[in-house]
Amino acid sequence: MNSVKERLLNGLIKENPTFVLMLGMCPTLAVTTSAINGLGMGLTTMVVLALSNTFISLLRNIIPGKVRIPAFIVVIASFVTMVELLLEGFIPTLYDALGIYIPLIVVNCIILGRAESFASKNPVLVSLFDGIGMGLGFSFALTCIGAVRELIGAGTLFGISILPDSYIPCTIFIMAPGAFFVLAALTAIQNKVKIAGEKKGKDMSKIQSGCGNDCLNCSDTACTKRFYDEKAQNPESKKINGEEDETNA
Amino acid sequence: MLKELLIIMISSSLVSNVVLSQFLGLCPFLGVSRKTNTASGMGVAVIFVITLASAVAGVIYKYVLVPLDITYLQTIVFILVIAALVQFVEMFLKKYIPSLYESLGVYLPLITTNCAVLGVALTNVQKEYGILEGVVNGFATAVGFTISIIILAGIREKMEYNDIPESFKGMPIVLVTAGLMAIAFCGFSGLL
Repeated sequence: MNSVKERLLNGLIKENPTFVLMLGMCPTLAVTTSAINGLGMGLTTMVVLALSNTFISLLRNIIPGKVRIPAFIVVIASFVTMVELLLEGFIPTLYDALGIYIPLIVVNCIILGRAESFASKNPVLVSLFDGIGMGLGFSFALTCIGAVRELIGAGTLFGISILPDSYIPCTIFIMAPGAFFVLAALTAIQNKVKIAGEKKGKDMSKIQSGCGNDCLNCSDTACTKRFYDEKAQNPESKKINGEEDETNA
Repeated sequence: MLKELLIIMISSSLVSNVVLSQFLGLCPFLGVSRKTNTASGMGVAVIFVITLASAVAGVIYKYVLVPLDITYLQTIVFILVIAALVQFVEMFLKKYIPSLYESLGVYLPLITTNCAVLGVALTNVQKEYGILEGVVNGFATAVGFTISIIILAGIREKMEYNDIPESFKGMPIVLVTAGLMAIAFCGFSGLL
């Protein structure tokens, strides 16, 4: 039971997919216009993550190594389709609010990343709880970001008015630019924590400030930068100017 | 007809810009925007792949999924089609047009996991676009991506020499820049 608890805490705090690993930024920015949308997206992703982790863990000895990525994608896409149909049938308001970002859960790097780095190597129960832990961490992060944006941008929290009427909502925070500003603040805080931690001599290599900063320690196998680096390390393709600069990003 | 296509063109490339208002394709947008020449290479590769992918996805949707009444499988089919297509394009270019492969090759594998490609294919279905409208929408979306990534790369090149507070170095300042660009792009919303 210890490993189960450890997995849950790991996903929620130690390797929080949003606050620490900075994975799955597209949905994080797009759907966090309000706390409730963030929570809905987080829980939807959690269901898919838990199911796909379980299933991939069950199949881990059957799937041949060479075709594992396409196989994982098919498994994930099937669960996403199921969840999408269920949402459409039972929670149509959330389905309308999240729109195209529900099918796009398929390309969320968190899910493929966990499948590749955890579920394909570990037994079923631990993988299930790894998925739930990561999903909870993602939901927690999305709800927090959504709450901040909703509070500043509309003066409400979960749809309930919090701030007095004299507060004039800063609407930009629930529009597209606000998402970038909130994420900028978040990564700046991360940097601050990282710098402070390094000064005290702690190992801060887990913290990724922005995707692709530290590809060697990155658990995200679906990360686009990784392909890029592999290609760049291949001397044959080093003919394009500026390419080496990108690998040092 | 031409008027409708023009409206799709403007709205997908400027008004609802794929990166700055829909947040699709953020990873390459933030990751490959340090230099303008790599940014434009990525942009051209994205235009190529998205236009092709929306054509292929449109044809498959209309002539395979709809007649067989299995449109609910669209997500699975589209993601596999896109992955296969990118592989195929890479092989084709390597063999027959090596000069183009040399300039686009490194960017192609990056695009498989770019959510903008799948996003465009799904939007085309959602908005009930025909094949031609879908291709135009795909092309315009990709042009929008290219415009924004090149602008960001240009700003980042200038920013190299600026004095930035320590905690804002790297990603945070890029995100602030992207946010300001998003505000600027909000101005296009009066265009339609």
